[in-house]
Amino acid sequence: MLNSVDTDRIQYFAIAGSILLMIFIVELIRRKKIKEQYSLLWLFFSVVFIILAFWRNGIEVISDFIGISYAPAAFLLILVMAIFLVLIQYSILISKLSEDIKVLVQEIALLKEKVENQKNKDK
Amino acid sequence: MFFFFIMHNVKKRSFELTNTLIIVPGYNEAKSIGDVINNILEQKQNYDILVINDCSNDETSQIARRIAKCKVIDLPINLGVGGAVQTGFKYAYNNGYSYAVQFDGDGQHNASEIGKILTPVQNNEADVVIGSRFLTKETSYRSTFARRKGIYIFRILNLLFIKQIITDNTSGFRAYNKKAIKFLTYNYPQDYPEPESVVILGRNDFVIKEISVKMNERKNGRSSINGLKIPYYMFKVLLSVIMTSLRKRNNYVK
Repeated sequence: MLNSVDTDRIQYFAIAGSILLMIFIVELIRRKKIKEQYSLLWLFFSVVFIILAFWRNGIEVISDFIGISYAPAAFLLILVMAIFLVLIQYSILISKLSEDIKVLVQEIALLKEKVENQKNKDK
Repeated sequence: MFFFFIMHNVKKRSFELTNTLIIVPGYNEAKSIGDVINNILEQKQNYDILVINDCSNDETSQIARRIAKCKVIDLPINLGVGGAVQTGFKYAYNNGYSYAVQFDGDGQHNASEIGKILTPVQNNEADVVIGSRFLTKETSYRSTFARRKGIYIFRILNLLFIKQIITDNTSGFRAYNKKAIKFLTYNYPQDYPEPESVVILGRNDFVIKEISVKMNERKNGRSSINGLKIPYYMFKVLLSVIMTSLRKRNNYVK
């Protein structure tokens, strides 16, 4: 029964899916929903997925190379790596944003005090 | 006209005599902040007092504002005690103060000892003075078991990283000179800043000195560090202390 499954079909789905991901990311950048600097990782991995979708033996070559006996596990590894990298990038970004916010809050508070002070002097 | 000009200058000069800023960070300290400020004013020293209200939910800011001689800065967002104190350093630096004293708003510290911890920075013996509960053995201050153990661990870490024993790392009663104030406006941790800032300052060759002080037991409320915050606090501070010691000195803005 297994032989009756059309294994070409999954390749069509993989190609379509990975190209759709690429188009989706590019469209988000075009609409300015994602800034270019935060889209680079997504674009990189959508290119990786497109390559893997066209190159049928790719996953086996990679899993042989790093010594994984079950080829689909290599694909999951790449997927998890992609997610990790994006999340780490977010952690960096959040840390930067919270530092920026801290500085802004402090500057606003100092300015407010200065303005109040000036107002009291003018009275 | 000329006379007026001289009078103006004299007036300005006498204003500049207040070269010490007392920074009082406060988060929901309405019960104690009034007493704390009045205690500082009772010292009859020419200190300027700056209360940093860290976005309190209570009347901390209003009570402080009722006291005429006290300046108040309200943070629009809660930053944590480090972010609040750092705002004070920025204020001190912008307004040209020579010395700054960090003085907690919860009534733990004694205003009568401000002069004592200011003396070494005024005499150029140190850049930073820390008021310590544990310098002399006779101290009657009792803290919790976890806190004592924590302080002990930080003591060992300090010895390792800055080659100096600081007996009371968690003390928030400190005096700084201009050089230290300027440095801290750029380099001060946002939450739980005390142990970490000791390492940052030590690694950047600031001279740190400890002076024995007496601290009062908390009258209102409990320590802000309780329950699940204790392990979080320990790991966060431990991590930042170790990371600080791994960073190169030139990583900091001088």
